[in-house]
Amino acid sequence: MDNVILSLILLVPLAGAALILLLPERGKLPAWIALLDSLLTFLCTLHLPAHFAGGRGGFQFEENVLWLSHPRISYHLGVDGLSLWLVVLVGLLAPVGVVASWKTIGSRSKVFYALFLLQQTAMVGVFVSLDLMLYYGFWELSLIPIVILTAMFGRNLGESSAVKAALRFFLYTFIPSAPLLVALLWLYAHTGSFDYTTLQAAIASGSLPARQLGWVSVAFLLAFAVKVPVLGLHGWLADTFSEAPVAIAMIAAGKLGLYSLIRFHVALFPALAREAAPWMIGFAVVGILYGALLALVQKDFWKLLAYATLSSLSFCTLGIYGFTISGMNGALLQTVNEGIIGAALFLMFGVLFDSRRTSQLGEFGGVAQKAPRLAALFVIASLALIGLPLLNGFVGEFLVLAGTFNGVSKGWAAVAALGVIFSAAYMLRMIQMVFLGEPTANSHGHAVRELSWRETVTVGGLAVLMLAIGVMPTVWTSTMEPALQSAFKVSSAENAVPAAAESGAGMMHAMGESR
Amino acid sequence: MNTAVPAEWYLILSAALFTLGVVGFLIKRSLISIFMSIELMLNAVNLSFVTFAHEWHAVKGQIFVFFVMMVAAAEAAVGLAILISIFRARGTLTVDQIDLMKL
Amino acid sequence: MNEPMLFLPLIPLLPFVGFLLNGVLGSKLPKALVSTIALAFPLASFALVARAAWMVYSGLALPVIEHGAPEWIVFGAVHIGFGLALDQLTLVMLLVITGVGFLIHLYSVGYMEHEQGYWRYFAYLNLFLFFMTVLVLASNFLLMFVGWEGVGLASYLLIGFYIDRRSAGDAGKKAFVVNRIGDFGFLIAMFLLLGSFGTLNFSEVAAQLAGHAAISGGVVTLICLCLLLGATGKSAQIPLYIWLPDAMEGPTPVSALIHAATMVTAGVYMIARAHALFDLSPTALLVVAILGTATAFFAATVAMVQTDIKRVLAYSTISQLGYMFLGCGVGAYSAAVFHLMTHAFFKALLFLAAGSVIHGLGGEQDLRRMGGLRKQMPVTFWTMTAAVLAIAGFFPFAGFFSKDAILAAAFQHGVSGKALWTVGLTTALLTSFYMFRLWYLTFLGESRADGPADSPANGHGSAHAGHAHESPWIMLTPLVVLAALSVCGGWIGMERFGAFLAPVTGGVQAAAGDGGQIEMMLSALAVLVAAAGWFVAHSIYGRARNDRANASLALPRRVLERKYWVDEIYVAGIVRPLEGLARYGLGWVGEWTLVRGSAWLLAGVASLSGEFLRRWQSGNLRSYAAWLTAAAAILLIFVLAGTLFGINGFADTIHWAVR
Repeated sequence: MDNVILSLILLVPLAGAALILLLPERGKLPAWIALLDSLLTFLCTLHLPAHFAGGRGGFQFEENVLWLSHPRISYHLGVDGLSLWLVVLVGLLAPVGVVASWKTIGSRSKVFYALFLLQQTAMVGVFVSLDLMLYYGFWELSLIPIVILTAMFGRNLGESSAVKAALRFFLYTFIPSAPLLVALLWLYAHTGSFDYTTLQAAIASGSLPARQLGWVSVAFLLAFAVKVPVLGLHGWLADTFSEAPVAIAMIAAGKLGLYSLIRFHVALFPALAREAAPWMIGFAVVGILYGALLALVQKDFWKLLAYATLSSLSFCTLGIYGFTISGMNGALLQTVNEGIIGAALFLMFGVLFDSRRTSQLGEFGGVAQKAPRLAALFVIASLALIGLPLLNGFVGEFLVLAGTFNGVSKGWAAVAALGVIFSAAYMLRMIQMVFLGEPTANSHGHAVRELSWRETVTVGGLAVLMLAIGVMPTVWTSTMEPALQSAFKVSSAENAVPAAAESGAGMMHAMGESR
Repeated sequence: MNTAVPAEWYLILSAALFTLGVVGFLIKRSLISIFMSIELMLNAVNLSFVTFAHEWHAVKGQIFVFFVMMVAAAEAAVGLAILISIFRARGTLTVDQIDLMKL
Repeated sequence: MNEPMLFLPLIPLLPFVGFLLNGVLGSKLPKALVSTIALAFPLASFALVARAAWMVYSGLALPVIEHGAPEWIVFGAVHIGFGLALDQLTLVMLLVITGVGFLIHLYSVGYMEHEQGYWRYFAYLNLFLFFMTVLVLASNFLLMFVGWEGVGLASYLLIGFYIDRRSAGDAGKKAFVVNRIGDFGFLIAMFLLLGSFGTLNFSEVAAQLAGHAAISGGVVTLICLCLLLGATGKSAQIPLYIWLPDAMEGPTPVSALIHAATMVTAGVYMIARAHALFDLSPTALLVVAILGTATAFFAATVAMVQTDIKRVLAYSTISQLGYMFLGCGVGAYSAAVFHLMTHAFFKALLFLAAGSVIHGLGGEQDLRRMGGLRKQMPVTFWTMTAAVLAIAGFFPFAGFFSKDAILAAAFQHGVSGKALWTVGLTTALLTSFYMFRLWYLTFLGESRADGPADSPANGHGSAHAGHAHESPWIMLTPLVVLAALSVCGGWIGMERFGAFLAPVTGGVQAAAGDGGQIEMMLSALAVLVAAAGWFVAHSIYGRARNDRANASLALPRRVLERKYWVDEIYVAGIVRPLEGLARYGLGWVGEWTLVRGSAWLLAGVASLSGEFLRRWQSGNLRSYAAWLTAAAAILLIFVLAGTLFGINGFADTIHWAVR
């Protein structure tokens, strides 16, 4: 079982997609198939943590089959502590996405669910590929369904249409993918391999021409930074959130880019990533405040969520480029958290939007009286987002900030910590505008509906998960940490990973203030 | 049998045929004629393939000829079908008037 | 005795179970069951605390440490767990929290009887008890932070309890956000502690401080000031006090429990808990003392002119918290905690009595429309009288002992202490004045129920009752109990209380001085001052019916009524600039020029070059053919040139391109 499980996780959604396409579109049939199939996939992904040998780095559940001998591309899959929980997260979010689409997607649901499942395969593929060409294939594949589904099933709000948003997403993400491909080919030309560990060793050995290698790492960085997105490259985010169907928007940002940053930038080019780190930390810290301040004044909740996401993803970037194990641990955990919290918020925003056909905060009010379950769960998810202790967001933020403060720079960390004030301000402002006050009748006269039982179970489950991660984060971090340790052992010997330094007094000088 | 025709002759013929094809491709206005010019070029290439295959006793060249013939046949089938439908739609096969693909 | 179990984790967890039960199922349960759940779990907690207190009394050695769970967050080599510790300070706090907390739960059953969302109210109240007990039981800073933020959440939920009122939502939001500013300081302090000590455990930090006398003052002062920022947020001190008056939007029992007796004292508790740090930093201590004194005086002046009964009490709370900070600042931690305890009794009582008045008047909160309630509400009147005497500092009421201890400690604290003492004594005068003003306006004179009606409608009770009525017994019982405590709570005496707390807070500074005579004089002076305050209030409000404005004092009065325009200054100085920066600086300049602009620039370059290149795409098949042929010819020439002239043109070109 262990040696085919990853292929199984890749194939089950694909088979589901094929099944949906083959069967007729009758009633909710495609939705049911998608739900059952994604639940099955989720069960399969749960096999991974259940049988994962914790406490050590390195890849497990490996599958390595030579696919093409020239160029030498292998079907090489594997999971370590870095990707383990992200795979499970993808497995978890798929049923959530199906539930969130349940009432929204009416006609053409075959296409929707088939592409949705295809997207899932692609995302899992990104997390488990250890052959860079295979990875690249999945990476590109993960972008396509987002574009098509946004264009086909978008909301067509306001001045920007869904097609425009899809096009913008396409351009933002595909243009940097081209240099990524060139960089991959360059690596292949110089090493004769697409294999992750081989490449890592080759780059660490220092035998590759340094100047070109620098450009290669920049190409990698750019492609991933757009997908996160990092401040300045977030032009697609607000539009995609506004226009894309909920199930798509909730997976569009964050984890793919952040995972790739850790695995294929920081761990693959440790020395070069360190040179980029001051810039990335600067972008991250400014991004935290930039997103938070903009979220504070938005009038549209999709846009608010977009800027809030920019802000909280910047915490992850900060943790990654601080080069402390705690910070990365926090960043990785926060990536998972972000996925869970974002999914819950998106689902509930979707309900609000579908009830009222508007996303203007000013048109809501008093929803808590009409829909108490929705309000309660929304408040819990918001509290998790703003980092209330005992909920998951706090642990990630704390690790990132504490790591940055004591391992990188007190000043940057203190400025980043200001984000906790603003995050409370914008989320509470939104809660007040939407849920509190007198119930308003808006121009369309639609009342906000309460969550259905299916949605309640889903979001309630996510809320329990938020609490669980918040109370017992070590269950998650204990598998992540060894992977991070070993991922950096290969080539970061010149600058001892400051995990040991993090404990005692006098560690602050470990990285120097200037970072 | 040393009285065989030298290989150069075949090649010259092939080149001549190819040039004819190119010239026809460039100056003819009827799609049918252009199409036939393309066939001419393909066959000119076939001829040189066969020549070299015979000259060097290599079977690969002859295999390539079969590939080319297959492509040519497919192309003829699809191409002619397209031509017919174009003619049906537009009532003409003059290339100067078929420029809908212009941006 | 062999390590008896105190079941410390159960003390917070029991109310949490109550929260879960009422929060998840409450809307479907009958009211009686909701009340039973809401009362039973806090009572059980109180019973556990009382049992622990009894065991301590009979000789159990403190501190006792029990672990809820081995580890929570692992930061590098630092393992931070759910360790709970019970020592003398925690025990005092727990007794106050669960004891007063339970009484207020009981009171709420009567007070909230007719409210919608009854279950929700009790769920939140239980949640508050959970976080508050976590806060005081925590054995490390991070777990304390859990309680710290958690009580802020409970406070937010309860302030905004009337979800249909916009002002309530505003007030809740303000409270949470302002508290978050304080929490920011707390976070930074924790990072500094992690960096300098490598631990967040109270005991380990204290041990390191004791072991290393050489730890530099700079870092410690910084840590203390960051902690202080947190404390000013939670305990409503300058500059972050602004949320507390607005928090009166919540139901009155909430104001009594959270915004008077327990949560707002968390800052004082935290400073006392971290006193090992503060003791090393005279600068930080001085800042604490000055902030506390300034807040005490400042809030007392504002309290003198407020017309909303709850707002008077709110400013009074801020002022009294200032006293506690003063106590901490002069190193008299035990005196501060003593005042914290007595304050919890009489301030909770004041709020509950005020709630009883509001309840009796059907929701009226404006002092100008009260009066003459002594006859209609005798129990409320007498209990309130006890509380007023206690807060004003009359012998032998509880407030006298604790306030006296703080002022005496300040007096004995060098030159700066004398100045602080003077301000503190003046504040005592003001305190006595505004409390008796409230007392006169509410209970004496004649009813002014038909007076000016410019106070906004409020949440409690919909119709204005025709005539006032006394509250039901379930509300009066807590009043009576608290009145008894307000009278006798101070009789334990500072010396014994200080000696009890000494293992935690160090020596008993207040009673250490042997100047018995000086202390007697100070006490006498304090009582005189309180009496003077009563006299002034009596001469203004005792006879006159209305709260008349003295024309000559119009300007200062206006300044006070507008609360020194602090809210407006904050809005104009901080909130608006930030919003402007976000909306125009970031929203327009940042988003439109940098982010969108750069994308448009790229798009422009692409479409311009496309505009140019599309000329090749003429649509003329023969021109395509010509280009094709020409390109093929060029390639051919290239290759031929290679073979004919020995230049490997193709390979060289490729090589050149790649290099």
